[in-house]
Amino acid sequence: MDLPDELELYRRMCFLRRFEERVDMLYRRGLVHGPAHLGLGQEAVAVGAAAVLGPGDFSLGTYRGHAHALARGAPPDAVLAELLGRQGGICQGKGGSMHITSVAHGYYGSYAIVGAHLPIACGLAWAAKIRRTGVVTMCFFGDGTTNIGAFHEAVNLAAVWRLPVVFVCENNWYMEYTPISEVIPVPLPAADRAGAYGLDRVIVDGNDVAAVRQVLGAAVAAARDGHGPALVEAQTYRLKGHSAADGAAYRPAEEVARWRERDPLVLARAGLVAAGVSVQALDDIDAQAKAGLADLAQQVLARPVPEPAGAWTDVWSDGSWQWRN
Amino acid sequence: MAELTYRQAVAAALAQEMARDDRVVVLGEDVASGGVFKTTAGLLDRFGPDRIWNTPISEQAIAGAAMGAAMAGLRPVAEIMFADFYATCWDQVANEIAKVRYMTGGQIGMPLVLRGANGSGGLGFGSQHGQSVENWAMCVPGLKIVSPSGPAEAFGLLAAAIRDDDPVLVFEHKALYGRKEEVPESEHVLPLGQARTVKAGGDITLVGLSITVGACLAAAAELAAEGIDAEVLDLRTLVPLDAAAVLASVRRTGRLVVAEENPGQLGWGAAIAALAAEEAFDDLTAPVARVSGGNVPLPVAASLEAEVDVSAARVAAAARAVVKHE
Repeated sequence: MDLPDELELYRRMCFLRRFEERVDMLYRRGLVHGPAHLGLGQEAVAVGAAAVLGPGDFSLGTYRGHAHALARGAPPDAVLAELLGRQGGICQGKGGSMHITSVAHGYYGSYAIVGAHLPIACGLAWAAKIRRTGVVTMCFFGDGTTNIGAFHEAVNLAAVWRLPVVFVCENNWYMEYTPISEVIPVPLPAADRAGAYGLDRVIVDGNDVAAVRQVLGAAVAAARDGHGPALVEAQTYRLKGHSAADGAAYRPAEEVARWRERDPLVLARAGLVAAGVSVQALDDIDAQAKAGLADLAQQVLARPVPEPAGAWTDVWSDGSWQWRN
Repeated sequence: MAELTYRQAVAAALAQEMARDDRVVVLGEDVASGGVFKTTAGLLDRFGPDRIWNTPISEQAIAGAAMGAAMAGLRPVAEIMFADFYATCWDQVANEIAKVRYMTGGQIGMPLVLRGANGSGGLGFGSQHGQSVENWAMCVPGLKIVSPSGPAEAFGLLAAAIRDDDPVLVFEHKALYGRKEEVPESEHVLPLGQARTVKAGGDITLVGLSITVGACLAAAAELAAEGIDAEVLDLRTLVPLDAAAVLASVRRTGRLVVAEENPGQLGWGAAIAALAAEEAFDDLTAPVARVSGGNVPLPVAASLEAEVDVSAARVAAAARAVVKHE
């Protein structure tokens, strides 16, 4: 175990956990405008994946995308300002929680129509292939996405065109409120579909950040070397509901308890303690993340709201909105 | 100048822009083989397989891949074979392509073209291959809409669409693909958002788009024989709309007939009529009339098709009624 490296992954996961918990708190106080879908419990996928992407690589996520943007380096204050409808929002207040985007950090957007971004990921990868840039595109989506047409059209196209794209299914076992097993005819939503597109059946423990890094690292390297796409199923679990408004009462208590034992932070801590890191050091890292986010929330809440005139910009490339003269 | 058919003009505009800018790439079903309407003929031989890509029958993948490529700095032109098929990728078009610049606060640009065969024109393609669906796009802020009325227009407007930094939907007319006319051979680029006065006249304004421009011109010829001097405007683009040109003409003639091939129940003609009512009411000497495709799915038998398609006779009849209004 390379300790400084593993500690850094732990630190990043703590940050994402405490960020989403802070958003949850703010949501409950009525301070988040619009819905918010939290990535609580799925931090290892975002952090492990970001660790294998280069600064020029592209990634795209879903409406559950805060963690994926932050993991690529999106500024937390701009992300929070977007959620809270304050000035300096990363999308100028026009995207909100479900559309967090940070092109400057290679994060080409969060997409809220299930499956829509898989074809778009193909296009980013297609451009890389045509221009021979060596850039790899990584596309995150949920288990429910494997039932929508865009998933099948995109994975097929990527395989036929041998595109440098890595599709990562975050299987948290629920499509919104319904167990995924009720709506797929095979046991695993992504892995059991891969063969139909001539792709390997790749499964990774999505709560083990080191395993995620290893498996996605191999997929990215293969894509970069011209071996075409991969479809990886990262098995994980949502610690809370589909959205911040969902209490997730439909999940059996014993199932939740079982997964809490496999919380990515719990697993990472156990590994680090076994490797000789003190519990105190780990607690300090976590406490720092928590305190920093409390301060950040205060600071962003104190900002003014966006100027109303901003609603009328960014429709067209010249900045205007007019459809007629 | 060279005499080109509408379909040749499309291919020639694509070739001109591909030669001019190596970021222009073409994708779609059968396009490398020239396309089912032969609008991409010759491009593979000239530009090679890196620039023109055959896709599976996967409209979501086609539109989405075009979008992703545009994000990454290319200027893709995607063929949606029949415009009716926008229904199979409308999420990509209306929810993603149209909105991504706005939703990201201007972080992502979308310089792409989606083009395909639109409209009825009496070819018997029926309800799922013969619709005029330009009005679908007009409900969505963020999309530019182009629909050429002839070969020279097809060349110049497609070239402009490819050079534009925003998403443009080009609705070609399948019944015009065989139409021939003189087309300027190089650097023929028409600005988006400028209507064309096809025929000047002082008594009544006939506004058309794509195939209905021809119907308006033929109607104007009938009306001329009866002593009615009609002006014919080709809108060329619905977004951006040259409202000023429509209003200027209506203010002069005092009378307006709008001829649209899409169903009238919520066709673009309603927007033109509203424009006249809202901004030129005092200049109107008669109510505005609209001639549109029927508010029914498109039938196939020629007699049924003719019953609901826009025709010169229907435009002329509407114009006569407007002129007779006291």
